[in-house]
Amino acid sequence: MIPTFPARLSQKERLLKAVTMRRDIVTMTHAAGSGHPGGSLSAVELLVALFFEHLKHNPADPQWKERDFMIFCKCHITPTIYSILARSGYFSPEILLTFRKFGSPLQGHPYRFYPAGIEMSGGSLGQNLSIAGGVALGLKTQGKPNRVYALSSEGDLQEGQSWEAIMSAAHFRLDNLCLLVDYNKLQIDGYVEDVMGVHPLDEKFRSFNWHVLSVENGHDFNEINAAISSAKTLTGRPQVIIAHTVKGKGISFMENQAGWHGKAPNADECQKALIELAQQEELILQNDLVPASPISYTFKIKEKIPPYKV
Amino acid sequence: MNKREMLLQRQGWADALIELGTKDPRVVVLDADLAKSTLTCQFRDKFPKRFFDMGIAEQNMVNTAGGLSLTGLIPFVTTYGVFVSGRAWEQIRTSVCYGKLNVKFGGAHGGISVGPDGATHQALEEISIMRVLPEMTVLVPADYHETKKAVLASASIDGPVYIRFGRKKTPVVTAKDTPFEVGKAIIMKQGTDLTIIACGTMVASALDTAERLEKEGVSAEVINLHTIKPIDRDAIVSSVRKTGCLVTAEEHQLAGGMGSAVLEVLAEEMPVPVERVGIRDTFGESGTPQELMEKYGITSKEIFEKAHSALSRKKIDIRSLS
Repeated sequence: MIPTFPARLSQKERLLKAVTMRRDIVTMTHAAGSGHPGGSLSAVELLVALFFEHLKHNPADPQWKERDFMIFCKCHITPTIYSILARSGYFSPEILLTFRKFGSPLQGHPYRFYPAGIEMSGGSLGQNLSIAGGVALGLKTQGKPNRVYALSSEGDLQEGQSWEAIMSAAHFRLDNLCLLVDYNKLQIDGYVEDVMGVHPLDEKFRSFNWHVLSVENGHDFNEINAAISSAKTLTGRPQVIIAHTVKGKGISFMENQAGWHGKAPNADECQKALIELAQQEELILQNDLVPASPISYTFKIKEKIPPYKV
Repeated sequence: MNKREMLLQRQGWADALIELGTKDPRVVVLDADLAKSTLTCQFRDKFPKRFFDMGIAEQNMVNTAGGLSLTGLIPFVTTYGVFVSGRAWEQIRTSVCYGKLNVKFGGAHGGISVGPDGATHQALEEISIMRVLPEMTVLVPADYHETKKAVLASASIDGPVYIRFGRKKTPVVTAKDTPFEVGKAIIMKQGTDLTIIACGTMVASALDTAERLEKEGVSAEVINLHTIKPIDRDAIVSSVRKTGCLVTAEEHQLAGGMGSAVLEVLAEEMPVPVERVGIRDTFGESGTPQELMEKYGITSKEIFEKAHSALSRKKIDIRSLS
């Protein structure tokens, strides 16, 4: 029997689910020979928290009328998206390894019609925050209480359309919309602040009339859960949770490496990653007192000061 | 030339939206700060809670409409054709068409007859860039009545529809009760020597041309191809099988437009001599609609000349092939 969410997880369960998802991400991208592990790994804790403990949804009835909507703006992180859907019961985890293969329902970037649990296609950045805003506006217009969650990244926020969407969500006072930003400071060509700076994100959102919440460690379940819970109580404006994360989180040689944005691990790298994950799992299972977040191999990158000062 | 009643296609758009809105509470309208020009202000005044002015941000408007459709609403997006079809093209492609979202687009200010606003505002490419998209239906109604009927018909299609209409008052060539079916071209006048296929405001010019040809003893058939996609292959092929030559007329770039769509059908099924009237790989400029139509060669005069070229190229009797 598939449970209806939100549920309540123990700290141990949360950490174990995160390890399972990381294992999925590594094996899926390895099997596919392509894909995006870096940004998939940075969003794991955000999605575990959201899908299991906050989002109102029913994997046995994906179109459940009372569900909250989950709209992905950073859609290249399909390994994470498909993993969280499979692990919360939308489909069998057995098909995860068909990811990106011909004939598989698991397209390189998500398709609206399959697998179950995908609300909207995506892959072209900058488009889906507007979709999320439209869903929130439609629900509000019809007096429905469902909430809308969206997951974005600083790369997605470099697109001008994202700021049109941010402007209009505030204009229409969409307080049923909560945006999570997986802020990992890296993109394909290097550091975000070197490629095209978005700093300071919090001030930008504030000046666009959003409620702004910050999660200093975007891999700490206590912090994430507190922020999402708090966002639900805020009214009158949309809420953004800016979560500072580590790209490639949980795999020592992938952490904070822009090169792992869109590269699949080879057999050796996959093996090495799985060993690290097995060690992490062992630690979680052995300890009675478990930490709020997975072990860290590196520290998160602070925003660098933008090269041009006004 | 016939003296015909002149009406705004935009008013047909607005009247149909109000009719739909009255019948169906799911109908909502979005505009990008052009409600007074596209006349969606009339819907806004009647149904203020179901009208969203999205400001001057067309990309967000298109995807907001997509999001609204995911909640079961039926959004009609309106702004000038250049902006909705061009600026938001990839949003229409990847979000709306790939996602099969139930969003309707009203592309106002189609064609060079937009006039004094000049080249920036004269949409001449929409047919081409909209018909290339899978899932998209493309309608180019000829007058007020047909615009209204196109909008009403679009509501019963579950998927994206693009409806193109012009700015100025255009001659009324159909009646209130002329049947309208998406994908079914209308034979406006029967003929045996030549087929003229036109869409939008050029249908009136095609009818005028046919009248003039009649006086010379040439029997021209006039087809109003209001649906560019899905195209009515049967109507096109059975007409040219009978007449053996063709002229197409549109207020749009020749590359990829209505004439191109017709050529694609004929090249596959019934190659005959074809001449085309349309914009020849150039931008427009400021001027009155009449001045521009004359300068850029899209009046009944050019249709008449092209008709004679097509007739003279009709060397073999195509009827013997069928």
